Amino acid sequence: MSNSMITAENLTKRFGDFVAVDHISFEVNKGEIFGFLGANGAGKTTAMRMLCGLSLPTSGKGTVAGFDIYKDNEKIKQNIGYMSQKFSLYDDLTVKENMRFYGGIYGMTNDFIRKKTAFILHHLHLEKEGDVLVKSLPLGWKQKLAFSVAIFHEPQIVFLDEPTGGVDPVTRREFWSMIYQAAELGITIFVTTHYMDEAEYCNRVSIMVDGKVEALDTPAQLKRTYAAASMDEVFLKLARKAVRGE
Amino acid sequence: MKQFFAFIKKEFYHIWRDKRTMFILLGMPVVQIVIFGFALTNEVKNSKIAVLDFSKDDATQSLITQLDASRYFDLEKNLVTYGQVEEEFKKGKIKMAVVLPRHFSEDLKHENKVQVQLIADASDPNVANTLANYASAIIMDYQERITNGRKMPYTINTEVRMLYNPQLKGVFNFVPGVMAMVLLLVCTMMTAITIVKEKETGTMEIMLVSPMRPQLVVLAKAVPYLLLSIVNIATILLLSVYVLEMPINGNLLLLVGESILFTLVSLSLGLLISAGAQSQQTAMFISLVALFLPTVMLSGFMFPIENMPLPLRVISNIVPAKWYYSIVKSVMIKGMGIAGVWKETIILAGMMIFFLGMAIRKFKIRLA
Repeated sequence: MSNSMITAENLTKRFGDFVAVDHISFEVNKGEIFGFLGANGAGKTTAMRMLCGLSLPTSGKGTVAGFDIYKDNEKIKQNIGYMSQKFSLYDDLTVKENMRFYGGIYGMTNDFIRKKTAFILHHLHLEKEGDVLVKSLPLGWKQKLAFSVAIFHEPQIVFLDEPTGGVDPVTRREFWSMIYQAAELGITIFVTTHYMDEAEYCNRVSIMVDGKVEALDTPAQLKRTYAAASMDEVFLKLARKAVRGE
Repeated sequence: MKQFFAFIKKEFYHIWRDKRTMFILLGMPVVQIVIFGFALTNEVKNSKIAVLDFSKDDATQSLITQLDASRYFDLEKNLVTYGQVEEEFKKGKIKMAVVLPRHFSEDLKHENKVQVQLIADASDPNVANTLANYASAIIMDYQERITNGRKMPYTINTEVRMLYNPQLKGVFNFVPGVMAMVLLLVCTMMTAITIVKEKETGTMEIMLVSPMRPQLVVLAKAVPYLLLSIVNIATILLLSVYVLEMPINGNLLLLVGESILFTLVSLSLGLLISAGAQSQQTAMFISLVALFLPTVMLSGFMFPIENMPLPLRVISNIVPAKWYYSIVKSVMIKGMGIAGVWKETIILAGMMIFFLGMAIRKFKIRLA
């Protein structure tokens, strides 16, 4: 039990008659990179928002970092990081000011913020850009910075909602190496994506179709089960069943 | 608390980095005061008039001189025919024409009765009315002077005293109005826009996922604009006193306190708007249409509320600026204390609690 960082049991979210997320159940282990796949409108983002405490489930159970998603919302917030599909840094603040701000709202000490900022800037080779406004940085750098900021307060779990949208393949590869490094530090990664090559990088993936989890396994096992050469093929086989459009 | 300050600091960076907006926010009250104080005035001074004098005798001459000598009128032209009157009006050169009939002096002496015709350009009814009143008063004056020796059977003398604003300065009316407008614009529109902006860019989600309480996010957004508004209140009051020579007859602290209360009402409204609006345009549109227009129209600052039809008078009661405007006039001009404005103060405080409560409630619901 202590090994699972996220559990979901028949988690459901309805908006009126529309069932966005339909009785999904899964577990994510500590230090795991868990890929959450699905076509647009399959219910990925809604499911993730419920786990982050941005949205209240209609029914079902769930825990994040051992805390109940209904009752211990505040405790969950202390233990998670979040990076949305929209770009989440402030354009009119410098790199350092952004870090100072996010460190600040997580209640980090000044000393911690200073050291961590220096560490991240060094790590990303951005020492010179510390006092540059974020808006003047290229998108790939911003994306990497946003990820660093999401794990700035050293959370146990980080939720990434389509983090690599709109960046080139080289940057995406670099981004994934950052994810691996974070996982090695023991951070559990929950990531949604619709790039199937990225699915291959995950330890386990779940594929959502029309609000339900249709498949959940390691990429290798999934390819075997569906007799497919790539994750792309697995996904197409499953997603074709979808009734829901965008 | 540390989270709160980190947030406020960030908010100040936003304002400081956007120089153009900051300039507008701080410059707007100065510009408005100057425009309203000097350019837009509803006082009538040195209006050009024409005279059509069919008598050309001593009596008409001295009446004309008296009109010309007053600070309200300047004699622009002596006309000869009736046709010229309309011509002059069409040229737009004159605001009023005075027609004095034939045998003015004789009629006055022998028949004790004479007609003077005042023709005013009523395309601007207020000005026309004012001019006609001034001219009538001057003519009455003249009449009193020539009948001085003789005793009239009855006389009613009116003595008019203009209380609180003896010189009838328009500024007295505008300064409270400008204060209401500027505070409302800065607080309501800017807070609404900045919060909705965070929704648009997606940073609001990050904030809601963070341990920072949503209510604290909302309050932290409002603090910088409260401070900016205090600067604006000071600017407006300093300009009013030292440039427009307007007195502050009441208690300065009370005036500032009431202004801060109104600022809080405006901020709460901004927060409420931001809880509903999803885009910056919507937020701006709602602020302008739902707040700015009623403030200008229904606060009593442009148009007197007493003369409005009943439905509008009823609606004007829910316009916060109406109450604030009345408070500022009472305190600043009439020199009243809290005893004179407690009713308005309670209404404003009630509005603030209501709007703020709604805003925080709506914010919570959005989360679920």
